[in-house]
Formats: sequence, structure tokens, C-alpha cells
Amino acid sequence: MHDAPAHVVHQHAAPTSFIRKYVFSLDHKVIGKQYYALALIAVLTGMVLSWLMRLHLGWVNLKIPGLHLLSASGAPGDVMTPEYYLQLMTMHGTIMVFFVLTTAPFAAFGNYFLPIQVGAEDMPFPRFNMMSFWVTFTAFLVLISSFFVGDGPTLAGWTQYAPLSAVGAAAGPGQGVGEVLWASAIAIFCVGQLLGSLNFITTTLDMRTKGMSLWRLPLSAWAWFITSVMGLTAFAVLMPACILLILDHVAGTSFFVASNLVLNDQLQPHSGGSTLLWQHLFWFFGHPEVYIAIVPGMGVVSHVLIANMRRPMLSHRVIVYSMGALAVLSYMVYGHHMFVSGMNPFSSLAFSFPTLIITIPSTILVLIWIGSLYGSKLRINAASLFALGFISLFISGGVSGFFLAQPSIDIMLHATYFVVGHFHLVMAVAAIFGIFAGTYFWFPKVTGRMMNETLGRIHFWLTFVGAYCIFMPFHYLGIAGNVRRYQAFVDDYLVGLIPLHRFITVAALITGVVQFIFLYNLIHSGFRGEKAPLNPWQATSLEWSTPSSPPPFDNFGGRHVVVYHDPYQYGIEGATDDYVMQDSPAQIQSVRDEK
Amino acid sequence: MATTVDKPADLEQRGDHLRRASSGNGGGLVPAEGRLPSVEDRSPAASTGIWVGLTAISMTFAALTSALVVRQGASTDWQRFTLPSVLYFDTCILLASSITLELSRRRFASALGGLRGSVAGAASWLYLTFVLGMVFVAGQYVAWLQLRHQGMYLATNPSSSFFYVITAAHALHVLGGLGGLVLVVYRMSKSTLRRSTLDIASRYWHFMDVLWIYLFLLLWFKM
Repeated sequence: MHDAPAHVVHQHAAPTSFIRKYVFSLDHKVIGKQYYALALIAVLTGMVLSWLMRLHLGWVNLKIPGLHLLSASGAPGDVMTPEYYLQLMTMHGTIMVFFVLTTAPFAAFGNYFLPIQVGAEDMPFPRFNMMSFWVTFTAFLVLISSFFVGDGPTLAGWTQYAPLSAVGAAAGPGQGVGEVLWASAIAIFCVGQLLGSLNFITTTLDMRTKGMSLWRLPLSAWAWFITSVMGLTAFAVLMPACILLILDHVAGTSFFVASNLVLNDQLQPHSGGSTLLWQHLFWFFGHPEVYIAIVPGMGVVSHVLIANMRRPMLSHRVIVYSMGALAVLSYMVYGHHMFVSGMNPFSSLAFSFPTLIITIPSTILVLIWIGSLYGSKLRINAASLFALGFISLFISGGVSGFFLAQPSIDIMLHATYFVVGHFHLVMAVAAIFGIFAGTYFWFPKVTGRMMNETLGRIHFWLTFVGAYCIFMPFHYLGIAGNVRRYQAFVDDYLVGLIPLHRFITVAALITGVVQFIFLYNLIHSGFRGEKAPLNPWQATSLEWSTPSSPPPFDNFGGRHVVVYHDPYQYGIEGATDDYVMQDSPAQIQSVRDEK
Repeated sequence: MATTVDKPADLEQRGDHLRRASSGNGGGLVPAEGRLPSVEDRSPAASTGIWVGLTAISMTFAALTSALVVRQGASTDWQRFTLPSVLYFDTCILLASSITLELSRRRFASALGGLRGSVAGAASWLYLTFVLGMVFVAGQYVAWLQLRHQGMYLATNPSSSFFYVITAAHALHVLGGLGGLVLVVYRMSKSTLRRSTLDIASRYWHFMDVLWIYLFLLLWFKM
């Protein structure tokens, strides 16, 4: 057993002023809640944008009452212009990927629970932690501000491919100031996530309490640790890329714009830039980002399922190794986003091979989850349902990845709705199901109250069915040749697909409205929910050993926690209950997770 | 299903924990009696943290390096130019600053070992390190002026663009290091400096030195 030294980090006393307690707080739990609130605001914003886009796709000339208030030039007479559609689409993608899928599963849950799960009082650098949130919040404000400048936000898509993203205002609405604001916001966001990753890594390596060896970390803690390593290396690359992009705009450099480019009859004053360079830099970040979004969900879902199965996964270590393999491979596969970019075809083969390899750890994870569930008496509740939903979506979205991994097939499917359906299922909706699973599971610890279980189950079933109604048809659309990012379908071969688009729009509107059930449950239960027992799920990890819910300022009320057991001691014969807490000094015939 | 039987360890009280964490310095050196009241043990979190931070910085400069290589190979408009001569002087200055910082660190370690007279010496070397760091940053500014005299501005050519971006990014990191040195100097003057803080500052500063050698060679070969 490795006894890592524990450290005192709460040099700062418990805050008393409102500002220090709720605004510029150094407490990792408050910062976690701040991240969650930011993600909530962001996801509502992103969802409304998707509604507007879907309405436009279903009924091109539909007047959306009040839309002109958002942008007079983008929606004259409340009808969306093609350019404005692209602007909303760009902002939808950016907000969702950066400010929801990165902040909620990683920064929000990780901030709140990682220090507690390792038995620490806080993270080692609380000031950096506070800065991490406020820098991220500033990035969000900068991004949102682009709605209110000149011709609005950028329209270049969340991937911001050059030269469109780099040539400036001549490229279209939002490509001047809006574009610079986008690049600035993302560069700022990178700083926030680097500060966060620094804290997560050092917390995991150095703040573990006595007895908490690495292999005794719960799977959620492992997932946050692996994600933070990815975040540290990926965001450190995206940040300079954004700075180079800004310089192409404001300083006249030619990093990403080729020579002799004529736009709107204007010869662009750039020479010799490489459009592929942006794609290399972006996707070196972009593909790990996919796993930054989904790996925390894998850890959270495993953690939730284990508590509800009342037994550990078939192999604790193989899950950790698989998540680690995903992280390593995520850097080696990024070129599969560029099969049709014009790069050397041999490079496509080189990137295709690891892309197929990466399905192995993914498949291993799925097999372990299913194998562990097989024969278990799973407690059905909102948290475990969303965990099951995560697995379902991850499989459904992952299977289409096999097709896209092969250059010869990807040539046909690239930039179609098939790709949109694939990534929405496998990284977006699956990750959001992981967020829901974590929310229903940890809500009693964070607030001291239970969420309404009936509402939770209704929320699950409607969202689950809704997500499939929205995104499964995308695959069919893609195979039928429906190119993504078209704002209207006027070609003969696309006109016939419009009814399906309308079905998707209706499904998206209904599924979106269903989320207000969750929002109501979240807010109402926070104030009026049934009082939660200290350990409502009879779970074993350290977050359930705190003396109160929510935990006190120093997490364990002055007690120095010592860990004696692997994280998932369920089904213990001879124990008073069927489980033993990690910090219980009881001598038991324990279930060993370390296999 | 394998089984383990874990022997329960004695629960430690919070007070014991606090005392253990704040006594000794982990390196076998005892704080000078009565003079350095806040000297504590080496902080593993900060020590790990600096390596984590340096990893992120390495990734940033690796990205800039790969961007430079790709951009140079992507077109025929790459224009070579003579590196500003002041860079050779600057390189020597930064190397010298690493040496003076190391001398300061060793003097300070000796001071913690009981040789009180060495604290003043450590401070002197630290001041000199700070001055050399300032000279380095000023020298980088002179390099940019020299480049302007060659007619090479930020947007003149991709080669000059990368030169300005890379040297400015490095200079910013050195300025961050200078900020850290100010903190070290302040704490040393107040006798509250921990050895681990100086160790971490040194690690960062030496890394900036090594990074500059790498960048200088990169620029020398590519410009």
C-alpha cells in the first residue's frame, strides 16, 4: 500500500464575506458549482440557438417572432438570412463544445468532487482555481459579446477553417470583429482550462490522503485526472493557434491565408499561408477535445453504475487503462478529420489505422460495462437510467465511427449529416447523459436534498427517445447526400428530405422543452426537495464520508481521513450492510478492485 | 475473486497532521534558529505543479515550432534574414543569469543550514539574476528594433512573423519569471522564504534558459 503524504492547503480560513464566499471563492466546491451554473446558462443558450436553426431548416422562410431583436441585419423581417444561420450554427457549436461539454463534466464535477474523492481539503492552488473559473467566464462573455457587435458573430463554424476564418471582414458577416472576438474568447478559455488542469493533476498526484493509492481512486477521479492531462496538452496547442489567427486579422500576417486569394473581387493582402496548418493545429487540439468531453462521462457513469449494481466493474484496472489508451490515441488520430483536406493520401492511411485501433479501448469499455451489468440487480433510478442511456448512445454513435474511420468511405460521408449524427450521439448527447447521471447521483451531496425521482425518470425517457428521434435520422440524411451547413435544401435530391428535417425539428423542440422538467426539478428540489440522508445511495467513496451534505468548508470537518479499502467494496459478506466505506477501519474480506 | 485484509492504521488527529506538515524541511536542512520562522518543508504540490506548468509551456512552443516548420515548407515565400546580433549577447546574459541564480540558491541552502552570513550573499546573487533578466528582455526589444532596421516587420514575411511571435512569447514567459523573482526577493527580505519556493523559481528560470537555447538554435537554422 502506498501511503501518499497528505497536505494542508486550507491556509485560507473559511470566508465570511459574501464576495469571498459566493463570488471570488477559493473553495473548490463553490468553484465547481460556479462552473455548473455557467454550463447551465451556456447549454440553454446553445439549445435556443439550435431551435432557431432547426426551425429555419424545416421552414426556410419562416418568420420567427422577435428574431430581428437579436440581429436586425441577420433577421430582417424576422426571417433568418443564410449568413445568420451560419453565425448561429457557429455559436451553437462553440458554446456547446467549450462551455458545456468541457466545463460541466470536467470542470464542474471535477472541481467539486475530485479533492473530496482523494481525501483532500481543497486543491493545492486555490487562487489559480478561482482564476480558472473567472477567466473561463470572461471568455464566455467575450464570445457572447460578438452577438452585439457590427455584423454579429463569426460564421466560420466551430472548427474555424482557414482561409474563411483568417481573411477578415471581406469573407462575410462576422468575419471581422466577430471572428477576432471568437479567437480571443477561445484563447482566454484555454488559459482558464490550463489553470484548471494544473490543479487537477497536482491534486491527484500530491493531495491524496493517507492510504489513498492511485489504484484506490474511484473511476470518476481517474477519469478527471486523465482528462486533465489531455486538457493540459491540448489547450496549450489551441491557444497559440488562436493567437496566430488573431495576428492574421489584426497584424496582416499570413500564417493561414494562401497567396492570390480573391474575395468579393478583392485581392487579399496575404501570401503563402497554409490553410492546412490551421487544421493541423486545430485538430491536434480538436480530437483530444472529443475525449475531454466524453472521458469524464465514462468515469462518472462507471461510478454511478457500480453504486447501483452493488458490485464493482469486472475490471477496475482495465477501465483505467482503456481511458488512458483513449487519451494517448486521441492525439494520434486527429488527421481523420482531414481525409478530404488535400493532405497526402498516405497520411490518411497513417491516421486511419490508429482511428480503427482506438475503437478497441472503446469496445473494451462497453464490454466491461455490459458484462458487469449482466446478472446484476441494478437499482433503477434516474441516475442509473441516464448511465444506461450514456452507454446506449456511446454505442450507437460509436458504431458509425467505424465507417468514418476509413478514408474511402469518409470521402463520401465527409461533411454530411452522417458526421453530424455521429458526433452528436457519441460525444455530445452521450456526454450530456453523463452530466445528467452525475447530477442525479451527486445532487443530494451538493445540496443536502433529493431530486424528485418521478420527474427524473420522466425526464430520462423523454430525453432518451427524443435524442434518438433527432440524431438517428441524421445518419440517413447523410447517406442520402445531405451536406451539413446548408441553410436551405433547394436541390432536387434534397427537397425530398425536407419532411424528415421537419420531423427532426419537431423532435428537437419537444426534447428541448423536456429539459425544463429537469431545470424545474433542479431548482425546486434545491429549495424544497426531500431532505437527503448523508449517504442515500449507500455508496463507498469518500464524498459520502463527509460529516454533512453539503460538505463543510474543509470537506471532512477537521478529520484527517485515512483510506483502508479499494473504492468499491460492495457485496461484502458479513458486513452490517452490503458495503464498506473506503475510510472504514473495519477489517473485512474485501472485494479487490485492483485487478 | 481475490481478497485482501487491510490492517487498520491508527487514525491521526488533525493537529498531528498539521504539525507533521509544518515541521522540518524534508531535505535534512534545519531552519536557522529564530531567523526564518516560516521555513517549512518542501511542498510536493508546488514542485509537481511547476513541472505540470512547464509541460504546458513546452506544448505551446512545440506547437509554434511545428507551425513554423509546416509554414516554411508550405510555400516558396520564406525569406531568410540575418539574426539580430544582439541575440548572441542576450543568450550569454540569460546563461549568466542561470548561473547567478544557482549561486543564490546554493547560498540560501547554506544559510538554511546555519551559515547565517550567506543569506546576504544569496540576496546579492538574486538581485544580479533579476538585473540580468531585465537586461535580457531589454535585449530582445533591441533585437526587434534591429530587425526593423533590416526592413523586417511583423507582417513582412512569415519568417519575420514567426521570429516576432516566438521571441515575444518567450520574453513574456521570462517576464513572468521576473515576477516570480520579485516575490522571492520580497520573501527573502522578510525572512519568510521557503527553500522550496526558491527551488521552484530556479527550475522555472533554468527552463526558460534551456527553452531559449532551443529557440535560438531553431531561429538560427530557420531564419
